[in-house]
Amino acid sequence: MNALSLRNLRKTYNNGFEALKGIDLDVETGDFFALLGPNGAGKSTAIGIISSLINQTSGSVSIFGHDLRREREKAKSCIGLVPQEVNFNQFDTVKSILLNQAGYYGTPRKLALQRTEYCLKQMDLWDKRDTVSRRLSGGMKRRVMIARALVHAPKLLILDEPTAGVDIEIRRSMWKMMQEVNQQGTTIILTTHYLEEAESLCRNIAIINHGKIVEHSDMASLLARLHIEHFILDLAHPIAVAPVIEGCQIELLTDKMLNVAVAKEHGLNKLFSQLSAQNIDVISLKNKTNRLEQLFMDLIDSNPNYAKAAGNER
Amino acid sequence: MNYSIAFKTIVIKEIFRFIRIWPQTLLPPAITTALYFLIFGKLIGDRIGTISGASYMDYIVPGIILMSVISHSYANVVSSFYSTKFQRNIEELLVAPIPNWVILGGYVSGGIIRGLLVGIVVTLISLLFADIKVNNILITLTIAALTATVFALAGFINAILAESFDDISIIPNFVLTPLSYLGGVFYSVDMLPGVWQSISMGNPILYMINAFRYGLIGVTDVDIWLTFIITGGFIVTLTLFSLYLLHKGIGIKN
Repeated sequence: MNALSLRNLRKTYNNGFEALKGIDLDVETGDFFALLGPNGAGKSTAIGIISSLINQTSGSVSIFGHDLRREREKAKSCIGLVPQEVNFNQFDTVKSILLNQAGYYGTPRKLALQRTEYCLKQMDLWDKRDTVSRRLSGGMKRRVMIARALVHAPKLLILDEPTAGVDIEIRRSMWKMMQEVNQQGTTIILTTHYLEEAESLCRNIAIINHGKIVEHSDMASLLARLHIEHFILDLAHPIAVAPVIEGCQIELLTDKMLNVAVAKEHGLNKLFSQLSAQNIDVISLKNKTNRLEQLFMDLIDSNPNYAKAAGNER
Repeated sequence: MNYSIAFKTIVIKEIFRFIRIWPQTLLPPAITTALYFLIFGKLIGDRIGTISGASYMDYIVPGIILMSVISHSYANVVSSFYSTKFQRNIEELLVAPIPNWVILGGYVSGGIIRGLLVGIVVTLISLLFADIKVNNILITLTIAALTATVFALAGFINAILAESFDDISIIPNFVLTPLSYLGGVFYSVDMLPGVWQSISMGNPILYMINAFRYGLIGVTDVDIWLTFIITGGFIVTLTLFSLYLLHKGIGIKN
């Protein structure tokens, strides 16, 4: 059974803007799924409809087999939502935010207390349980929202840009926590602008643009489609001009740094041999951009017909 | 799903909210009404004499109590639900598997409880100034509860339709307060000239205050059964309208 199925989902706002133009999407149970797209592409509208914050114009949403219109309460009870912006009562304590949330989902008080303690400890917030939430730091507020979304033990956790604006240390700890939650059997749908985050966490991916799904596949096959990768090479000794190597585009960034675009079929071993032959020693390399980012930009920006050509338009 | 837990959660949250800010919610009506009783009831009232056989102090006590019930049941729901919208934690309720009638019932119950609690506070203050012997406790309590329900529902609708904090003060300032003062709190409608008497009879608060006054001191300008019909009608209409707004997501969803 799919955790989520969208069929011909459409949304036209009152001002006539068509945010979703009939999208179909399936997310398997247990998946860690990335829903990506540029600002205004329709991601938040789709998530808003799935989580009942926005009324759809037409189409259907099914959550673990429960139709959101016909079996509203059953469908909603499967979902935990971490929204983009802080939306809890800033005058409530951390503990009461979670207890209220558990109560809204019909969790008995005793169990709600146990779940609250478990989730706050999991988010490393137990010592802040009696703190009024407006006094928390930005990172803590984000973690409160994740703990709140988990307190009723949802089968589907939707994270809408959960790490936006948090520092790298907190982001890494949140990744670890999300992976743990996923490993415990919770299906996760993640939207993010950090493509590194999607690449390292998610197994499957959909890219939405102009209200349409332009890509829907597993991460590995998507990345396999990347034909050219860009690397930054640090050189041991300074050089005056960029070397010329057939099959690669090389640009001299500084006298000890090269920007190299390498075709996949060319291979890095061959590149290094060719550089060595020209007495250029490489001491380190790194990807210029995240691989997924490169694909994402290809899909969104430069090639509007990509999806049609790849036969993936949905 | 057990909706009673969700309902209880909303009601308890609402009670904790107004108790936490008691200097804003419970203290002001005690001070304001004590001044009403002192100035209007004691100092001026002694020179007015009696109305329909009741001393002026006894006459104004029911109206002042019910006026407090009206304003606080309304204020509780309108401010709490609008703040919930403003802070966007309404999303907690919209995402959760709670039917609309539970959301409405929870918030309205919170408003009723605050309205009645303020009513009790004002009644206790009034006992310092007047010696009230309750005429009919059942009518008194029923009218107070029904009135609180009507205005809690009205507050809920105001909160849903409001788009700014200004919008939640317009109705209390420009509709509720004038209608309460013109609803016979301080005078009998029989004291008004003919045309104003007829106009006053179109004010629903007049019926509520008079029925409550009947329950407390046995004096009324109107048929109290008409009050039950009017408040019942308002409760049904406002409940249906509130549920319609929630169902359509007007003011709370995109």
